[in-house]
Amino acid sequence: MTIKHTLKLCFLLLIFSCASPKISKTEGERLNIDEKLEPNEAVEAFIKPYREHVNKDMNNIISYAPETYTKSDGDYNTAIGNFMADAVYMEGNPIFNKRTGNNIDFVLLNHGGIRSIISKGDITTKTAFEIMPFENSVVIVELKGEQVNEMMQYLAKAKRAHPVSNQLQLTLDKDGNIVSATIKGEPIDASKTYFVATNDYLFNGGDGMVFFSKNESLHVLNYKIRDVLLDNFKKKDTINPKQDKRFIQLND
Amino acid sequence: MKRRQFIQKSTAAAVLAGVGGLSLQSFGSKTKKITILHTNDVHSHIDPFGPEDGRNANKGGVARRATLVESIRQENPNTLLLDAGDIFQGTPYFNYYGGELEFKLMSMLKYDVATIGNHDFDNGIDGLYAQIPHADFEFVSANYDFSNTVMDTHVKPYKIIIKDGIKIGVFGLGIKLEGLVDKNMYKETVYHDPIEKAQDMSRLLKEEKKCDLVICLSHIGYDYKNKPNKVSDIKLARATKDIDLIIGGHTHTFLSKPTIETNSIGKNVLVNQVGCYGLYLGKIDFYFNSGKQIKSEGTSVMV
Repeated sequence: MTIKHTLKLCFLLLIFSCASPKISKTEGERLNIDEKLEPNEAVEAFIKPYREHVNKDMNNIISYAPETYTKSDGDYNTAIGNFMADAVYMEGNPIFNKRTGNNIDFVLLNHGGIRSIISKGDITTKTAFEIMPFENSVVIVELKGEQVNEMMQYLAKAKRAHPVSNQLQLTLDKDGNIVSATIKGEPIDASKTYFVATNDYLFNGGDGMVFFSKNESLHVLNYKIRDVLLDNFKKKDTINPKQDKRFIQLND
Repeated sequence: MKRRQFIQKSTAAAVLAGVGGLSLQSFGSKTKKITILHTNDVHSHIDPFGPEDGRNANKGGVARRATLVESIRQENPNTLLLDAGDIFQGTPYFNYYGGELEFKLMSMLKYDVATIGNHDFDNGIDGLYAQIPHADFEFVSANYDFSNTVMDTHVKPYKIIIKDGIKIGVFGLGIKLEGLVDKNMYKETVYHDPIEKAQDMSRLLKEEKKCDLVICLSHIGYDYKNKPNKVSDIKLARATKDIDLIIGGHTHTFLSKPTIETNSIGKNVLVNQVGCYGLYLGKIDFYFNSGKQIKSEGTSVMV
């Protein structure tokens, strides 16, 4: 190798190191993950003990659903939402009453918090995990009548079937204005305070429920919504959720 | 350094052969291929959906994904596997094991980098921190500041990976947490504007770090048609430059092929997202050609 050659070579290498690679072509595709792919054996073996442990609990049959219930079964109230809100009242109030001597006035949950359907047939532990995968738990918020009225305005504007328990009756006219709002049959009294059960996500302003921030007191029940559902399912051989008139809009 | 010298010497030998007039062409036109595989919003879906499922019967499953990833890696070792967040929450596996199994399996599949989704805070920032030892891959987020949390130092703004001499910069972006995640869960995590941070990151990665490929792993969502002011991957693509690929999540958007957007200087950006629950694996191949420059310049030197 002559000196001349070596110099040429050095120059070439210099250019090589300077020339940054440029994208000349891109190709994108979406690949299906389905039964045509053999499961990787090592991964499958790794999952197995975890799966067996979880499934042993999940496949416990705890109740029966005569129909399929979904959160899109109604405009302002649905059978599944009514079931959930009433379950929070039924399971939560005895504990709250025992601890404080007070009673829950009504329950408010959120439509988006119903994460799955209840399918017709056996209800298993897994059903409760599917409806409520989150770890949120019941809190009882003491609100002035003024804030409860704010909540009613929120519900009227939201136009969603946010679940409420049957102690609340809210009726809107065809334009969405509030015609009547009662709690345990009585109109909302601005000078009174009410005990509203909800979950910690909504209490902290989730779904824009800011009315919970102006509260008089907070009682944390340490009771997960999912455990409420599990306990409630276990009390019934067959559930019987119904859509009703607790939150409705009038047609004329 | 020894190894680098050796490589340079072997390159020299190859070039010398070329100078001899035999194969400069083939050296000059060498194409490199980088494969990017990606998932998003897997939400603890470890097992495939059952045959009775109304929507996704017999689809998904981590063990099948492992088979597919392995076969693609065998075909092209220069492959990255990325996840755009919401690894946690959605099946009892998460409720029972808190994300341990999700991270362990992602490690078995040799994920390279992931970003953090809103549901990854579902057991609180402490719950996420507790699972970090099970993750043999790295987390990136450029717009979450974790300095005053337990996650400090466990999440980097970006990660640079070199494959076959191609320098790949991957940075992360997360969604606004306020109103979406309970403050008690994310604690002192500070959210910054994704577009501003993306501009900083792309400049850093492209200009200072000289990356050949810049990828944004985003959990801000694909596009919000009813909320025109809400930042999204589409807005991000149009407002920035020097990003080659945005891999998105959060909105569970099923794209059958990547969307091609035009960035702030008129260049193409790919935006992709593969729905959710591990039903699909996204695959994007980037071919790099450094040949042209070498060939033309090299030839001129020779003359």
